[in-house]
Amino acid sequence: MTVMEAPAPSRRAFLAGAGGLVIAVALPVKSRGQSGEERIFGGGDASNIKYAPNAFVRISPDNTVTILIKHIEFGQGPFTGLATLVADEMDADWSQIRAEHAPANAELYGNIMFGGMQGTGGSTAMAASFDVMRKAGAAAKAMLVAAAAESWGVPASEISVSKGVLSHSSGKSGSFGEFAEAAAAQEAPAEPTLKTPDQWIYIGKDVPKLDTGMKSTGEAQFTLDIYREGMLTVVVAHPVKFGATVASFDDKAAREVPGVVDVKKISSGVAIYAKNTFAALKARKALKVEWDESAAETRSTDEIAAERRDAVKSRGAVAGENGTVDDSAFADAANSIEAEYIFPYLVHAPMEPLDAVVERKEDGGVEVWMGSQIQTMDKATIAEACNVEPEKVTLNTVLAGGSFGRRAQSDAHFAREAAEVFMAAGGETPVKLMWTREDDIQGGYYRPLMVHRMRGAVNDAGDIAAWEHVIAGQSFVANSPFEGMLQGGVDATMVEGASETPYALPNYNTSAHIINNPVTTLWWRSVGHTHTGYAVETFIDELLEKAGKDPVEGRLALMTAPKHQRLANVLKRVNAMAGGMEAPEGRARGVAAVESFRSYVAEIAEVSMEDGLPRVHKVWCAVDCGIPVNPEIIKAQMEGGIGYGLSAILFNELTLDEGGAVTQSNFHDYRSLRISEMPDVEVEIIASNEPPTGVGEPGLPPIGPAVANAVRRLSGATPRNLPMIKSLQA
Amino acid sequence: MSISFKVNNEQRTLDVDPDTPLLWVLRDDLRLTGTKFGCGIAQCGACTVHVNGQPRRACVTPVSTLDGASVTTIEGLEGPQADAVREAWAEYDTPQCGYCQSGQIMTAAALLSRNPKPSDEDIDKALAGNICKCATYVRIRKAVKSAGEKLGG
Ligand code: FES
Ligand code: FES
Repeated sequence: MTVMEAPAPSRRAFLAGAGGLVIAVALPVKSRGQSGEERIFGGGDASNIKYAPNAFVRISPDNTVTILIKHIEFGQGPFTGLATLVADEMDADWSQIRAEHAPANAELYGNIMFGGMQGTGGSTAMAASFDVMRKAGAAAKAMLVAAAAESWGVPASEISVSKGVLSHSSGKSGSFGEFAEAAAAQEAPAEPTLKTPDQWIYIGKDVPKLDTGMKSTGEAQFTLDIYREGMLTVVVAHPVKFGATVASFDDKAAREVPGVVDVKKISSGVAIYAKNTFAALKARKALKVEWDESAAETRSTDEIAAERRDAVKSRGAVAGENGTVDDSAFADAANSIEAEYIFPYLVHAPMEPLDAVVERKEDGGVEVWMGSQIQTMDKATIAEACNVEPEKVTLNTVLAGGSFGRRAQSDAHFAREAAEVFMAAGGETPVKLMWTREDDIQGGYYRPLMVHRMRGAVNDAGDIAAWEHVIAGQSFVANSPFEGMLQGGVDATMVEGASETPYALPNYNTSAHIINNPVTTLWWRSVGHTHTGYAVETFIDELLEKAGKDPVEGRLALMTAPKHQRLANVLKRVNAMAGGMEAPEGRARGVAAVESFRSYVAEIAEVSMEDGLPRVHKVWCAVDCGIPVNPEIIKAQMEGGIGYGLSAILFNELTLDEGGAVTQSNFHDYRSLRISEMPDVEVEIIASNEPPTGVGEPGLPPIGPAVANAVRRLSGATPRNLPMIKSLQA
Repeated sequence: MSISFKVNNEQRTLDVDPDTPLLWVLRDDLRLTGTKFGCGIAQCGACTVHVNGQPRRACVTPVSTLDGASVTTIEGLEGPQADAVREAWAEYDTPQCGYCQSGQIMTAAALLSRNPKPSDEDIDKALAGNICKCATYVRIRKAVKSAGEKLGG
């Protein structure tokens, strides 16, 4: 991956923004070195990144303070979260704070945890912004104070700031808006002094979210809501088999649909251009396409799974090991367990299917609106596909209706399709490309189908004497710009959470096989932890049971390493919250604890069986994500991760029929958790002074195994062939 | 075909393909984009509007069936139930991505109009047709209850 070289830091910059002045503060930040995240997200040599992204604070004469947010807002709360950091350091009044997406510009807005690319994912937004955004706020405040000092002829040190008002003991006072212009002419402090935690006014307290209002009135603008003058709506007929291409098509009937303007072949299918959405959809139904399936995946998911089940019979490339693990350790069947887990393909199915708007700019460049999650990749791809210089591409990041990983496309396939659609029709008419739910469900980029085989042995003393874990599946980082995550034949995203467990296992061996096929795959909320968390946390639970140990005490006794104490702590806390593992008659409780993305989460689920399926009544959740910047957002993310994970673990699988065609097509056969199936959730956040870490993903990994462990207590067996509806009702 | 109906209390006469679902008429023709597309097959509730005061899936409602009807969208939703719902939505900071929320609010407001004091079960039943992929369900439940209480139910 190319590492973006940041420009020399300018201490001061002025940009005439719409309706006000922009204070652009460039702040040097030390590279974090090769931390775990950088190995995962940094790919190449992250030590080359010398400067963090600039943080922008726009103070307008009307006294509003707009924070430019470098991370896309699709529900995880960066608008409010990052604005909280700036507002706190500025001592702004929360009511004057606004947030909007920053432009696509990696030099200014690169993610230090993405090797400098601008992008969002891996629950990095808060971790990568905590220092930068606070410094930007502190610098902006210092500049406002300096401007007021100059104008009032008093020492800066005598000026105090509270709730967006600058004041001096002489009685002079003024708003941020009044001093915006003069402040922009001040020198930005190189190392602005940050508040100490006891001085925080918003961090750790709850502020009203900035986007709640507009999301309750219909005002919030998503990409689908953008209409440009003369714009055509475009849908694309895609193949239902992965790797198939257009052989020929007959568009006679499609063109006869009133409102249809054009039909064009593009690399991913056949595009229909129409004056309105209904005409485009109607014409797509009337279109006849012959597909060339010579390079397509024609196997069913059962056949794909069989291949992986075969692979896990022997070890793959070593991902983690300790001591010795050989067959003899498992020879005594009475004391050992062997288990095979099958995790299906999963669709992200964000509520807003993928969409983008593209139009030609007056300067010959192109302007794009989309829910871009890796702006650097999308922008470069659009430039290439539209044959313009990257500087001539204006990429506007728009609020998006969820992502869960779906918009973080390492191959920028959607930006490419949008650009191709635009160019195929002549490259002048504005277009809106929209995917329907069918395109979304059948369009690939799934959580890969993974197979795990595990063996474990308990000795007479009740200790886990041996642990073997073999994983097989696709690698979506292979041959992608994130190839750096592939080391020694092991894809870090495939084995995270399994290559090393929180448990002291004197003899363990974890290995993985990469087996690729034409079904496209991608990170899905919490990535490898979606399957490794389930496998590890259900397997340890069974082994502890075999050893006659309590699931909580047994785990704690194995979490001996100092680095696992924060995990041990959330486990203790959740146990206290739930009042232990005892459940009322007819119900059972299951527990799981997973560290992911440097956050620590433990959950206990209380479950009963209804019509052969688990009904989850209540979930207790304890989370340690460092300094809790916005406690309510953290809680909401835990609730959301639990609900999203539950949907998958109970109901979801994407299958390919005999012949390779996708079976499911919409929410009727790829169903979602509904409100009536959502458990009551109680969340507690551990107080902490550690730097904040992410919350978008870490709530998810423990829910599946917590429910599975409860199910085992009720039904006698761990569901290992997922989703549960399949193994329990089979 | 020319169809005449009220949208948010305004009389509209449109000349469109009679099969066009109300959803696309609202969005493409009237630019009322608060009503969302999520599935197109009456499975998710993102397109929920009120037709003559009752919640309806705009994605499967052909515009031809609406001659003379009165349609309310999220943009035109007002009255005590609407105010109470929006207030409660703010109290719990319910939306995450926000994409499903117009539909949730339309359904919740309709529920409160006929049942100002819904139980958890009533709420689950009324809102089971509204998918939220962000799973804001815990907050939706609390918010609807709180809105009911504020309405004096
Ligand atoms: S879009 Fe109408 S119910 Fe989903
Ligand atoms: S808030 Fe995102 S789908 Fe409901």
